[in-house]
Amino acid sequence: MKFSAGIPSGPLEEKWDRHRFELPLVNPANKRKHQVIVVGTGLAGASASSSLAELGYQVKTFCIQDSPRRAHSIAAQGGINAAKNYPGDGDSIKRLFYDTVKGGDFRSREANIYRLAQISNHIIDHCVAQGVPFAREYGGLLANRSFGGAQVSRTFYARGQTGQQLLLGAYSALMRQVDRGRVSLYPRHEMMDLVVCEGQAVGIVTRNLLTGEVEGHLAQAVILATGGYGNIFYLSTNAMHSNASAAWRCHKRGAFFANPCFTQIHPTCIPRSGNYQSKLTLLSESLRNDGRVWVPKNAGDKRAPESIPEGERDYYLERIYPSFGNLVPRDLASRQAKFQVDAGLGVGPTGEAVYLDFKDAIKRLGKGSLSEKYGNLFQMYEKITGENPYEKPMRIYPAVHYTMGGLWVDYNLESAVKGLFVLGEANFSDHGANRLGASALMQGLADGYFIVPYTVAKHLVGGAAIAESKKERALKETCKEVEDRLKKVIQVGGSKTVDFFHRELGGLLWNQVGMLRSEKGLIGAIDQIQGIRENFWNEVYVPGEAGNKNAELEKALRMADFLELAELMAKDALARKESCGSHFREEYQTPDQEAIRDDENFCHVSVWESKDSQGKDWILHKEPLEFKEVSLSVRSYK
Amino acid sequence: MVLKLKIWRQEQGQKDGRFESYVLEELSSDMSFLEMLDQLNENLVKKKKVPVAFDHDCREGICGSCSLVINGNPHGPHTGSAVCQLHLRSFKDREEVWVEPFRAKAFPVIQDLIVDRSSLDRIIQSGGYISVNTGSAPEAHSIPVEKGKAEEAFSNAACIGCGACVAVCKNASASLFVSAKLSHLNLLPQGQAEKKSRALRMVGQMEKEGFGACTNTGACSRACPKEISLRSIARMNREYLKAYLSSD
Ligand SMILES: Cc1cc2nc3c(=O)[nH]c(=O)nc-3n(C[C@H](O)[C@H](O)[C@H](O)COP(=O)(O)OP(=O)(O)OC[C@H]3O[C@@H](n4cnc5c(N)ncnc54)[C@H](O)[C@@H]3O)c2cc1C
Ligand code: FES
Repeated sequence: MKFSAGIPSGPLEEKWDRHRFELPLVNPANKRKHQVIVVGTGLAGASASSSLAELGYQVKTFCIQDSPRRAHSIAAQGGINAAKNYPGDGDSIKRLFYDTVKGGDFRSREANIYRLAQISNHIIDHCVAQGVPFAREYGGLLANRSFGGAQVSRTFYARGQTGQQLLLGAYSALMRQVDRGRVSLYPRHEMMDLVVCEGQAVGIVTRNLLTGEVEGHLAQAVILATGGYGNIFYLSTNAMHSNASAAWRCHKRGAFFANPCFTQIHPTCIPRSGNYQSKLTLLSESLRNDGRVWVPKNAGDKRAPESIPEGERDYYLERIYPSFGNLVPRDLASRQAKFQVDAGLGVGPTGEAVYLDFKDAIKRLGKGSLSEKYGNLFQMYEKITGENPYEKPMRIYPAVHYTMGGLWVDYNLESAVKGLFVLGEANFSDHGANRLGASALMQGLADGYFIVPYTVAKHLVGGAAIAESKKERALKETCKEVEDRLKKVIQVGGSKTVDFFHRELGGLLWNQVGMLRSEKGLIGAIDQIQGIRENFWNEVYVPGEAGNKNAELEKALRMADFLELAELMAKDALARKESCGSHFREEYQTPDQEAIRDDENFCHVSVWESKDSQGKDWILHKEPLEFKEVSLSVRSYK
Repeated sequence: MVLKLKIWRQEQGQKDGRFESYVLEELSSDMSFLEMLDQLNENLVKKKKVPVAFDHDCREGICGSCSLVINGNPHGPHTGSAVCQLHLRSFKDREEVWVEPFRAKAFPVIQDLIVDRSSLDRIIQSGGYISVNTGSAPEAHSIPVEKGKAEEAFSNAACIGCGACVAVCKNASASLFVSAKLSHLNLLPQGQAEKKSRALRMVGQMEKEGFGACTNTGACSRACPKEISLRSIARMNREYLKAYLSSD
């Protein structure tokens, strides 16, 4: 199948403007007649819904939670980037563009990133106008802070709750349109499938999570903003309901999946405390500014940290990266922690943690000034672990945090299925092989507020007309397939819980498709994933019926899709015979354990097309990446 | 450790429910309260029984999904946190723990521990926003905001919309919730143009939804996971009165 990213011609700086000029306009009187579906109410979905409705389209918006305000975006902490250059430290659209291309280790599209950097400033203007209470200086102007991967201060923030404030802004805009009658809201509705007719997306099938009712909705365009799939690992920093199913169902209906193996693992999270653990909590990586990371020098040293003398501690980041020390980028810090734990040097009850020690910082700065900087983080840590980080070093460990991979989209954010647009973390996004901090919020809002409301017009005006009767038939068939799938999983009638399989899959992915990957491990993992999938379909037990509220049933179908996506992640990781960003293949490293990227053979997006309905067979296409503005170079932090 | 749970069970579509007893053994004190419920549910599923339904998502005190009353306290014994941030180390071994849904006329129980809080969304819908269309905003620095005001607006904007304030209030009033949103927007220069209509519409909607009147007991602020101040309610009353008197 032929596909094209559709990057507009012309100089980089002018591409988006030109393209917008060339996009068709929809007559205001006609907009009302166009029904658009938006799935998801995170930053991407809520912003798209409200903006489309403001333009005059008729919008139906769906989410899993009881209120659109509770989408996973609410939990983002650190901030959102923009190239405003308010601190006057030399930032510019070009620099934000450059940092993002490099941060992604040269595995993303220049044109998309340039547009993102251009739009970043409009996002801040719009959010301020909505009343988002960003942090301010005494003079009343907006404050900025620094984040990893950048030498300028360009991150806007609202205490440690930036995601919450941005989402509440988008949610309020959405509710305003609900009030105007332009958006119909469907909370507690899960999209179960995409309806495709004559190669175009014409609607979705949903399940009402309270009544169990399977319902069909037709529309002229479907916009998917359903978030990332980090929860495939069972333990991640994602919210409990974050899942891959909507994206995966679209993949099986023809949308391509790009770079599924690119997963970001964040270095400073609170470690797992036992098998009952349901999710992991992130601690801002700013802690590494003052904390020192160490493990005991001797494997199996079970003494309390305070009784391990200085000479028997290994401050390994300072040892390995003398110039960056504890402040190396996320992927390196995470990988090194894993090396220590794998060597039996891990600490704490599970042995899966390293220390982050503030003893020296307390001596140097005093307890008071440390608590001013990190008080709320220390408190959060104590709430969860019951330990006081002023007295005992923190235990930290990396955790799955974000997925750069996702559904493939062209410059218009349109997938390989015409009329299906994908936004936010759900698309394969602009972050290449590694996302920089504070860039996900920026991308989600750029997609939703400023890109899709315009690019969708191309499909609405130019899409081929399909007879209503044909659409109705496709809708009916898809509803029937969904109902059959619901029945099928209940009918298995085995004896194991969904979580049993999820924990098994998560553990496997974490070990073989996590921070370190190898050919042998990946081949074995593919085999094991197939085994778990088979066992799932023979042994899972789902209580109750499909006809009412049934949390286990919801989890079971999401799990079934994770089991298919997992195989593709492993296959993608196997096919990418290089190390880049988050993707580290043991075979492709320097003697001192640094990544070896292969631009000759892998400077492309891996674009997977589903070949069968079982989720077992794919064709790999490659979208070549060209770097005209930023020249390909190697990152080094020693 | 061992906990003796008394959990509210109510089938979907039924008007009433009952407490059921469960004993959980070999619990770790490091477990979170919701993880303990996960374990209970996994045990129930293994015995082919219907698990306990409860709302949750972020499990870090920010999404506002979790909504349990524990031993009579919305979100449990601690101040300034949601029930998803509660750990078993806050309980004694063999303690009896009563778990109920948030209760209020405007929050009908859907099933077990899940209630319908869509009334809160409808209040926001009635005016909890600043009317600005995408693309029409002025440059962000053209609207300076006094730092103190910005901070106070933030403290109010921090509301997670959980409804604990309603659940704890003897009148089931939503005054803290409504006043937090009004304060957030009305304190900011951007929010001035719609200040009056916002107060009138949101307070009006709160009454329509069947929430009770505020009698200033202060219980709401103590139960609030974000510790939103009672001053917000006073501000709301002032603004509502002003708007009301000047509305015709
Ligand atoms: C702890 C944490 C901190 C973070 N901090 C930052 C930060 O500081 N800066 C930054 O830039 N990024 C941060 N990120 C990343 C960022 O928060 C996310 O990438 C971003 O919020 C994703 O937004 P979204 O709109 O794409 O999806 P989400 O917010 O995940 O929303 C998904 C929506 O889709 C709905 N949905 C999903 N499936 C279905 C279905 N089948 N049917 C119907 N609805 C469905 C959900 O209900 C929800 O409404 C952080 C992430 C985490 C986990
Ligand atoms: S689950 Fe999100 S606040 Fe408790």
